[in-house]
Amino acid sequence: MDRLVEIEHVSKLFGGVHALENVSMGLSQGEVVGVVGHNGAGKSTLMKVLSGALRPDGGHIRMDGQEVDIDSPITAHHLGIEMIFQDLALLDNLNAVENFFLGRELTRRVFGVTVSDKRRMREIASRALAEINPNFRNIDTEVGNMSGGQRQSISIARAVHSDTRLLIMDEPTAALGPEETEMVRQLVRRLKDQGIGIFLIGHDLQDVITLSDRIVAMRGGQVVGEVAAGSVSEDELLGMIIAGRCPDHGTPGPGARA
Amino acid sequence: MALGVALKRMDEGSRRLLALALSLVAIWAVFQVLTGGLFLTPRNFYNLAVQSSTVAVLTIGMVMVIMTRNIDLSVGSILGLTGMVIALLQIEVFPADAAWNWPLTVLLGLALGTVIGLWQGFLVAYIGIPSFVVTLAGLLIFRGATFEVAQGQTLSPFQNIYRIFGGGAAGSLGETASWIVAALCAGIAGILIMRARRDRLLLVTTALGIAGLVAAVAMFNAYDRPRSELGHGIPSTILILGCLAAIAVFVMRRMPIGTHILAVGKDVEAARLVGVPTRRVVLKVFAAMGALCAVGAIITTARLNAGTTNLGTLMELNVIAAAVIGGASLDGGRGSIIGGVLGAFVIQSLDTGLVLLGVSSSMRQILIGFVLIGAVWFDRVAARHR
Repeated sequence: MDRLVEIEHVSKLFGGVHALENVSMGLSQGEVVGVVGHNGAGKSTLMKVLSGALRPDGGHIRMDGQEVDIDSPITAHHLGIEMIFQDLALLDNLNAVENFFLGRELTRRVFGVTVSDKRRMREIASRALAEINPNFRNIDTEVGNMSGGQRQSISIARAVHSDTRLLIMDEPTAALGPEETEMVRQLVRRLKDQGIGIFLIGHDLQDVITLSDRIVAMRGGQVVGEVAAGSVSEDELLGMIIAGRCPDHGTPGPGARA
Repeated sequence: MALGVALKRMDEGSRRLLALALSLVAIWAVFQVLTGGLFLTPRNFYNLAVQSSTVAVLTIGMVMVIMTRNIDLSVGSILGLTGMVIALLQIEVFPADAAWNWPLTVLLGLALGTVIGLWQGFLVAYIGIPSFVVTLAGLLIFRGATFEVAQGQTLSPFQNIYRIFGGGAAGSLGETASWIVAALCAGIAGILIMRARRDRLLLVTTALGIAGLVAAVAMFNAYDRPRSELGHGIPSTILILGCLAAIAVFVMRRMPIGTHILAVGKDVEAARLVGVPTRRVVLKVFAAMGALCAVGAIITTARLNAGTTNLGTLMELNVIAAAVIGGASLDGGRGSIIGGVLGAFVIQSLDTGLVLLGVSSSMRQILIGFVLIGAVWFDRVAARHR
């Protein structure tokens, strides 16, 4: 069977510098793949390419074996790719519903004019938010006045409520307290059971090891290697991230050092 | 006490609108006393309304531009150029007695304003030149173009029907029609209020608004037409302003692009990441601004019955001031259409009142400058107390 996503030899240049160089990795349905590396290793750049925020300079992306051209965040959305951004990408001057549907508003026609279907958006958003976070209130409050956990709830609910097939989580627990972090962990497992493929970017290596099936380490825009999460230690991961050394039980990539 | 509780319950935007409306009434009352009853005569009130209309129409667009965290310094020059082109076409190029003349020139004027807006929006949104630079250049380019088109001459007269847009004796509704329009507006407001939450505060403000509307129409009707016992009624410019403001409020509150405008102004990168077509939003806002400049040009030329090279000179300053007084934040993502319109009336009222008091134009500039700082200062202090 074809994999959900196959990233093949993708590269991205920023002013002559390779932010991504010949990066390949894949993801199947219901699989969680952790992506680790230093700041500037290329994790976020790769995920931005997948979510349509950046165009790659080379390489291909396939979904279900078909090559796709993800030229905008909306194209990604239509392909079932959603991303939870590290800084959440919420607009502080809008309320929860407006943020939830921003850029993909539900509309209806009134006398030939396309207007926002505010009632329907409010219903759907409140239901989706209650599912993620039963304590969520103040759906009409500007999100600038909300706590970190509530903001995270909106960002997550927005990413998982539609026909999501591939979810990218960029440091999903970085700004959260222990209770909310546990909530995110459970969510990852639940989504996995629903058959959603997840790319999980994280700094907390123990967390990534616990939640992932496989882990890909990146360094200097290249893939160092890929390891099974069940058989790798934190030290081995650090070796991959810092020195580019792929352990014997892993599969080395183009960025691996001997 | 009850009032204090009610005020606390109001959201920030409504409170600001209330404060603006009260300041406007206070300004009028002060000038009425200082001028010994000259300010609120039917004649002065009517002229004040007509003169405020052009600035207010442009402010509608400026509020939207500022909400996207941009600025348009060229609105006065766009108004000048479109006005001059309309004048040239209607008076010099097309036959003066052709019935199709004025509708065609109005359409061409609107098209020209829109194209200029699209051009500037393209430079800002797609090429990435800061709007301050693009529109500063536009201020020079379009004013220069106005002189080139006019060859320095003043063009007059326009066709009679065209002059309706200027809100003079011909461009007013008459007494009966004015009451009908007032009744319609009150009816629509009533229906909207009934459909919204039953909020006593909202009911009271609506009632006050309708009372203000009735008072205004009574004033417009009390101003007799020349050599006649019949009143002017609502000037056409106020009707144009009212329709455009209603459309703009509808767009901001009911259409997706309204939310997108606020999102782009707050954080353009975040908006782009979640799928807002940020560049197209900015392009459309500048196009609307250009079209509104053309509307302002039509009102101004029709009122003066002449196309002159200095049409709209320095108007951008009053328009930006009105938008800011009305609550538009230059940091982007915040602003109010109605607030901007009220701001335009505040600026024009100050200017007119000071003229009636015999204050020199240099002193007027100084005072209005301080009012602008005062309004924003007050805003900052109020924001800190919340």
